[in-house]
Amino acid sequence: MFSWLEKNPFFFTVAFLLVFSIAGLVEILPDFIKSSRPIEGLRPYTVLETAGRQVYISEGCYNCHSQLIRPFQAETDRYGAYSLSGEYAYDRPFLWGSKRTGPDLHRVGDSRTTDWHANHMWEPTSVVPYSIMPAYHHLFKKDADFDTAFAEAYTQKVVFGVPYDVKDGVPLGNIEDAKKAYMQEAEEIVNDMKNQKVKEAFEKGHVKEIVALIAYLNSLGQARINK
Amino acid sequence: MRDNATLEYDYSIAKLFLYATMVFGFIGMLIGVVLAFQLAFPDLNYIAGEYSVFGRLRPLHTNGIIYGFTLSGIWAAWYYLGQRVLKITYHQHPFLKFIGYLHFWLYIILLVLAVISLFAGLTQSKEYAELIWPLDILVVVVWVLWGVSMFGSMGVRREKTIYISLWYFIATFTAISVLYIFNNLAVPTYLVSGVGSVWHSISMYSGSNDAMIQWWWGHNAVAFVFTSGIIAIIYYFLPKESGQPIFSYKLTLFSFWSLMFVYIWAGGHHVIYSTVPDWVQTLGSVFSVILILPSWGTAINMLLTMRGQWHQLKESPLIKFFVLASTFYMLATLEGPIQAIKSVNALAHFTDWIIGHVHDGTLGWVGFTIIAACYHMLPRMYKREIYSKKIMDIQFWIMTIGIVLYFSSMWISGITQGMMWRDVDQYGNLTYQFIDTVRVLFPYYVIRGIGGLMYLIGFIMFIYNVVMTITASKELDREPNYASPMAA
Repeated sequence: MFSWLEKNPFFFTVAFLLVFSIAGLVEILPDFIKSSRPIEGLRPYTVLETAGRQVYISEGCYNCHSQLIRPFQAETDRYGAYSLSGEYAYDRPFLWGSKRTGPDLHRVGDSRTTDWHANHMWEPTSVVPYSIMPAYHHLFKKDADFDTAFAEAYTQKVVFGVPYDVKDGVPLGNIEDAKKAYMQEAEEIVNDMKNQKVKEAFEKGHVKEIVALIAYLNSLGQARINK
Repeated sequence: MRDNATLEYDYSIAKLFLYATMVFGFIGMLIGVVLAFQLAFPDLNYIAGEYSVFGRLRPLHTNGIIYGFTLSGIWAAWYYLGQRVLKITYHQHPFLKFIGYLHFWLYIILLVLAVISLFAGLTQSKEYAELIWPLDILVVVVWVLWGVSMFGSMGVRREKTIYISLWYFIATFTAISVLYIFNNLAVPTYLVSGVGSVWHSISMYSGSNDAMIQWWWGHNAVAFVFTSGIIAIIYYFLPKESGQPIFSYKLTLFSFWSLMFVYIWAGGHHVIYSTVPDWVQTLGSVFSVILILPSWGTAINMLLTMRGQWHQLKESPLIKFFVLASTFYMLATLEGPIQAIKSVNALAHFTDWIIGHVHDGTLGWVGFTIIAACYHMLPRMYKREIYSKKIMDIQFWIMTIGIVLYFSSMWISGITQGMMWRDVDQYGNLTYQFIDTVRVLFPYYVIRGIGGLMYLIGFIMFIYNVVMTITASKELDREPNYASPMAA
């Protein structure tokens, strides 16, 4: 059979495809729907958090920080309760990472404050001596991208049925409503920060990337489940 | 083989890909060295403002090496050996030649756009699939062009039987097509909402599902670019260079079909102890161990091809590159399965040991095979002898020492990291703070950086040797048969 296949590239390719497809079908299909269900009480990301998540992705934070706490005591002691599949139901894409150059962040919102993050991002060694993380001054200068964050939340709602605008949940509404909520939420973060330039910019209606990123980091944790 | 002489092969496209291999290899490795030293000396993060921060550069390094260096090498080999094993020449097939050129130039445009967009922080964040959606579409176009070239060439072939290298090229082409498309399915948010950035999209899959699809792809980018594409190269160039027939045809058949069946299951070993279903993790773990068989089948087949001919190791640096490449392949494919065992994975996952594993594979197996293949093609494409055998020899040793420094420092640093993370005192409390585990790694990061730098220096010597061969070396009156001629 093999000598025949070697003379017929078309059937060779078909044979390859059959041999190769089995694993994908067996491994991916059976649990596909089940493992994407949200756990009870999980709320979607707000628009400000979504904007922060986009900053997190764009700066490549996932290259050094994982968001997956494995079920070992050393990890639950260090980071908090181990991660559950249903916590990631609104994460597109997932951000588990594959290397811990820095610590895991899946519960970082439960243990760190806005002020801590702001200091850490401006000068990491000021709060963690000997940290090898770079400083992120440019996040204090650039405005967060509200439009794209709204576009993402809107797409999550319309295409993937993520529960925005439900009773006691996260409101989204139209773009004006969303902007209003976005500014309100940003104000809370800005009030907790000490950086004068960020505060002044906010007075003029500008939300800096750092504000959005901190909102996202604050959302990482078990607090998000019970809201 | 003798009637080969009557065909005048057309190397124009292979030459272009050879240049791309050198350029992207240099850029990718240079960024790699910068990244390595950034971890030891964080101030290096600011050499180019926000554009040189680790998180932005790392995807450029991986994409540059996988899609710039490795794919260029694979395609240089395809446009060279494809004609030879199919007994065709692009001189007689202007359409195939046109497709080849189109393939090359669109690929270059794609890579330039990839570099710009990644520097700008435009990324999907899925590892080895970072490119934004419009570029994904361009990737598909480039890939299809390769398919047209490959299957088109087979359509007009004079040689009835498809040579082993082409089995592996077919596998690379087909598998990557399927995996890439499924992993990159995404919804551009602008098209749905009409506001925001047109470059932004969100994945079709969420959370655990997204992770499964991502590592189904991520691991098999290794399988079908770094493995089957490179096996295709060595199966042609090692027998050609050594003048020896491949050791065993049956072993070839066994290792090909079992590799193709087994590899794809192994993606699950990236998500052990994660939130994907347990049985998926177990399958990933078990099949990763089974994967030793086909991998070693190929490596043993290569090494035994040299049986009775080991004196060639002394005589030819090219054979040294090939033999050490196969040896590194054995090392990497033993190490990988060990790391996929659940209890070992609990320690190794998230640590530098994984980085070490990837690099003994890529530096030793992928890099050496491509470099050796380029050296083999040079005298035949340019009808000149290789400029300097001595440079090749020195290059070989510098690079080899570099690789050893790289993986040994990463083994130590990874295992140290893993042990310190889990260490508890007599009362069961964690012994170390996270930052303690970072500080202790400093010396290993420096050694790794030096290892990487040595490899880069070796690669620069390679580029120099290639350029001098093309421009200043002694001309040959005809194509050499085997054993590449080289000056002292």
